[in-house]
Order: sequence, then C-alpha cells, then structure tokens
Amino acid sequence: MALSQEKLLELYRKMVTIRVFEENTAELFAKGEIPGFVHLYVGEEATAVGVIAHLKDHDYIASTHRGHGHLIARGGDVKQMYAELFGRKTGYCKGKGGSMHIADLSLGFLGANGIVGAGLPLIAGAAFACKYRGDDGVAVCFFGDGASNRGTFHEALNMASIWKLPAIFVCENNMYAISLSQELHQNIDDVADRAAAYGLPGISVDGNDLFAVYEAAEEAVKRARNGDGPTLIESKTYRWRGHFEGDPVVYRTEEELQAWKKKDPIERAKKRMMETGVLTEEEDKAIWEEVRSEIQEGIEFAKNSPLPEEESLLEDVYCE
Amino acid sequence: MPEMTYLEAINTALREEMSRDPSVFVLGEDVGVFGGCFGVTQGLLDAFGPERVLDTPISETAIIGASVGAAAAGLRPVAEIMFMDFMGVCMDEIFNQAAKIRYMFGGKAAIPMTLRTPCGAGLGAAAQHSQSMEAWFAHIPGLKVVMPSTPADAKGLLTSAIRDDNPVIFIEHKMLYGVKGSVPDGEYAIPLGKGDVKREGSDVTVVATSLMVHKALAAAETLAEEGVEVEVVDPRCLVPLDQDTILKSVAKTGKLVVVHEAVKSGGIGGEIAAIVAEEGFDFLDAPIRRIGAPFAPIPFASNLEKAYIPSEETIIEAVRSLA
Ligand SMILES: Cc1ncc(C[n+]2csc(CCOP(=O)(O)OP(=O)(O)O)c2C)c(N)n1
Ligand SMILES: [Mg+2]
Repeated sequence: MALSQEKLLELYRKMVTIRVFEENTAELFAKGEIPGFVHLYVGEEATAVGVIAHLKDHDYIASTHRGHGHLIARGGDVKQMYAELFGRKTGYCKGKGGSMHIADLSLGFLGANGIVGAGLPLIAGAAFACKYRGDDGVAVCFFGDGASNRGTFHEALNMASIWKLPAIFVCENNMYAISLSQELHQNIDDVADRAAAYGLPGISVDGNDLFAVYEAAEEAVKRARNGDGPTLIESKTYRWRGHFEGDPVVYRTEEELQAWKKKDPIERAKKRMMETGVLTEEEDKAIWEEVRSEIQEGIEFAKNSPLPEEESLLEDVYCE
Repeated sequence: MPEMTYLEAINTALREEMSRDPSVFVLGEDVGVFGGCFGVTQGLLDAFGPERVLDTPISETAIIGASVGAAAAGLRPVAEIMFMDFMGVCMDEIFNQAAKIRYMFGGKAAIPMTLRTPCGAGLGAAAQHSQSMEAWFAHIPGLKVVMPSTPADAKGLLTSAIRDDNPVIFIEHKMLYGVKGSVPDGEYAIPLGKGDVKREGSDVTVVATSLMVHKALAAAETLAEEGVEVEVVDPRCLVPLDQDTILKSVAKTGKLVVVHEAVKSGGIGGEIAAIVAEEGFDFLDAPIRRIGAPFAPIPFASNLEKAYIPSEETIIEAVRSLA
C-alpha cells in the first residue's frame, strides 16, 4: 500500500480536525454551553481515521458514545455536529439526539450510541444487508475494550463469522472502561485473542500509529470485500481526557497520561510525514490554522441556529 | 433529626445494612473506586473491602444473573444498574429468572436481591439515559417496585428492600440525589407497600411518584393561595401498591389527578386510575385526570426536554380543571 501524498494529507487533516473539534467541545462544555454528557476522542484520532480511510460511499459504520471522531473521519459536517451538541434545529438530529446519538445516514453512519456494545449486532445486520444485496459493501463497528465484555460482542462476532459477513469489528482499547482499567475488567491483554473463539482473524495494532492502523484495516476491508468474512482489529490507544467531561479521573495516574501524550498519534504522523517530505512545518501550521477557522465557523453556525420548535417533540416517533 | 441528601440517605442505608448483615454485598459498574456513576456508593469500598463491593465488567446480563444466583444461594446482593435505561440488557434475568423462580419452584426458593437504578430526565442525557420505566416492572408478578421521593423514604425503604426476601427493583431519581431532607436518627425500616400522605388537603387528591411528588407539592402551594387544598399522596411503592391510602384520600376529596414522569400511555397512572374507578367510583365527583410524558422518546435539546417532562404548571392546570 502506497499512500499518495494527497491522501496522507487528507488523513492528517482529519486527525487535526478531530483534535480541534474535541478541544473546543471540552471548552464549550466547561462553560455550560453544551448540555448532557460528552465523551471526547482526544488521543485516539488515528484509529477512526486509519480505518475509515478505506471505506467507500456505500459502506456502513456503527459508532459509540465516544463518536465525534468517527463521524469527522467519515467526512461529517462539523457545523451540523456542533449544532447537534448545542441542541439546535439545524443539528444532525434536529436537536433530538445530542452527542450520544449523532447520526448521518447519507454517510452510512448508523449513529453514535448511548448503549455500550449495542453497535456490534447492528453492524452484523448492516453487513448482512451488504452481502444480501451483493454489492461489495462492508460494515465497520467501533467499540471499546469495556464493550468487549458485553454479550453483544460475543454474539455478533459469532454470527458474523458463521455467516461470513463483510464486517470489521474495531475495538478501541483505550485501557479503561470508565474507572476500570483493562486488567480489572478482563483477564487477557489482547482483546484480539477473543476472535479465535469465534473462528475469525484477530489482530492487535498500535492504535496511536496511523500507518499501522491503516495497514491492518486495509487487510480487513479487503477480506470483507472479497467475501472472506469478518475481522477483529484491536487498536491499542488511550483517551487523554476523562471518561466524560467532568470526570474527576481518580482511577489513573498523571504519569501514565503524560507517557501516553508522548505517543501523540498526530505528532507521530506529522514526524513521519516530515521525514518523508510529505509535510513541511509551514504546511502543518497552515493545516492547523485552516482547521481552527473551520471549527470556529462550525461553532458560530451552531450558536446562531434556532432551537427546535416545541411541536417537533412529537415528530419522527413513527414513519408517516 | 439530621439533614441529609437523598444520595447520602441511600449511601447510609447501604452502609447500615452491610454492617448489620454479612450476607449483604454490593456489585455494579464503577461502584468501587469511582463510588458509582452518581456517587451513591462512595466510600463503601474503603469501608467494606473489595470482597463486598464489586466493580463489575460492562456485563449487565451477568451482573443481574449473578445476583439472582447469589441470592438463590443465600446471599443478599444489592446490584446497581448505572442507568435504568440499561435494564433492557438484563431483562431476562429480571423477569424470567428473579421474578419467577420462587413460583416456578413451588415456593422452594427465595431471591432476596435488590436492584438499584436511577431513572429520570432533566440532565439533557437524551433518549437512552433519561427514561422512567417502572411500569415494565410493576407488570411482572414476583417483583416488588419501590420509587422513593425523599431522603427519609429512600433510606427506610432501601433498608426494607434489602431485608425483603423477594427481588426488589429500587428506582432512584437522578434529579433527586442532591435534594436534602431530614432523616430519622439511626436504623429504621419503612414497610414496602405503605403509601404516605405528603400533604393533607380536602379538595383534590394528587397521587404522584418520585420527583413528581415535589412538583405536586409545589403546585399545591400555588393552589392553596387560590383556595384549593390539594392532598398529595405518594404511594412510594408501586408493588405492593397501597390502595387504601389512595382510596381513603379520594373518598375525602372526590377528585383525583395522577402524575408520573413516565410516558402517560401504558404508565402506572392508568393502573391507579383504574383501581379508583373500580373500587372508588362512588367517591368520584369528576373524571380522573392523568398526567405523564408524551408518547415520544426523550429529546435532547434543553427546550424540548423541558417541554417533555410533566411540569408544575401542568399539575396546576389539571387540578384547576377539577376544582
Ligand atoms: C449497556 C451499558 N452499560 C453501561 C453503560 C455506561 N457506560 C457508558 S460508557 C462506559 C464505558 C465504556 O468503556 P469502553 O467500552 O472501553 O469505551 P470507552 O469509553 O473507553 O471509549 C460505560 C460503562 C452504557 N452506556 N451502556
Ligand atoms: Mg475503553
């Protein structure tokens, strides 16, 4: 796989967009401008970007409560995303869903999810639909290390395996399920090991290395498109922020966080791109500046958008 | 009587029961080091150790299934499901296992477990983190269902729930955790199935549950200024339901409004209204009014969420329409 310079820059910009989107979300939440719960993706950018890079327009994605990064990687519109976080009519879900339920069906994005582990069987179903129609579509489910302890994980992997579904299960192992470190919630080091139980390939990658994630996903997507069945990819990474905004983070050490910050996926990608002459310091600066202004526009759009009308409360409960 | 919050009252009941009875233990997601998502189990790990305060994986099916099994084997589990909305994940363990085992086994087994969980909207937590689904559980023979509205009730009722030999669904309201109230000194138990008249009045009975008790009381204050005396009845338990206290109040006032936060249709308010229609028809001077949420999932946007949750004003309007 040789990534073109253009493609590389596109992926890099997406990682930067996720970072800036999330940092601004944290600030807005702290100022009380965003209600509800938000779970941020800072530090995990390479996983979403490296996997979604391989998807075609007719592919599907199921996301999680920590879903902003997945949608940005898929090309989601940050204006509509912020508007949704603010609970505005112009948001992705007309203000009905909020951060935990952002969806964009036009992008095959079947939504963030408030129920941990809910996405896995849904994506088995979407993969079934791809196979049923006979197009070469694939379906990707993101989920956490914590979610791999839910029954849905085991049931969906087994089903996808026996039916040879074109599914890619991407475990974002950020080493914590809220306050429980991985060693407290499961007796294995690699979630990928669980694939063996269901007869599908399982692979662990350095989730803070964009290129490693990209390569693993390339293989898995190829398998799925060729009709060879599902793959479990475990992307080992770390969330820099609390589980949710407002989390006092009493369960881990500052040293651990600092050590992971040294493995910043964006810095690492930048370094490699600079070494190979794909990116210069000036170009990098320009990317960050452009992204920052795009994000500011998104926030302004959201703030200037109207609230949903009260009559909309009873709309969209059913199809008409 | 000391003042404490609803949250502190629940925490105190857990501590007292764990101290009193070594067969009581607590399990759930993030209940240990983190002290529970809302802080209800704060300090229990330090006080009772990891053998009795178990942080579980995200495995609601196994949390409740294991509670049922541990209860059948003689322990008294107190399980926490982080949000009531996640109870779909462990529904089989609740309604086919916990609820029916005793009956199916001809009375030979008991399942003395308590399942604590927070319900309710108001945090902007949207459709999967805000629901009130008590009616699901009240529909299942074999379960007891408790919904306290005050710190004192929460403490006394949780004590009874833990001591009860049946599976009890103990539904806390997340918007009540910070609410303060006076709580009797020392250990005490409030029997399950005994309602409470939270305010006496002669004109209209308002039966309200959980957070709605507070809205009904606030509405009653406003209405009192207009010369309408509202009696607020809090059933406290939905199963067993204290029909007598409700009927006695309606016999006095002749008028009934039932209010809960859950979706109105199919809600427990319909059951209460039906009981009054069946058993107390002659007391009624006016049609029964029900208040509940509209038939829609809970929206995220703050203005929509506010419009969704039954309000003090809605209660006032309903009472005025009868008074
Ligand atoms: C079925 C269910 N149980 C519990 C929760 C509460 N909850 C939300 S996120 C979370 C931790 C998820 O951990 P993980 O899957 O590792 O994802 P991460 O947050 O680390 O990205 C929990 C327990 C939930 N939303 N749904
Ligand atoms: Mg995790």
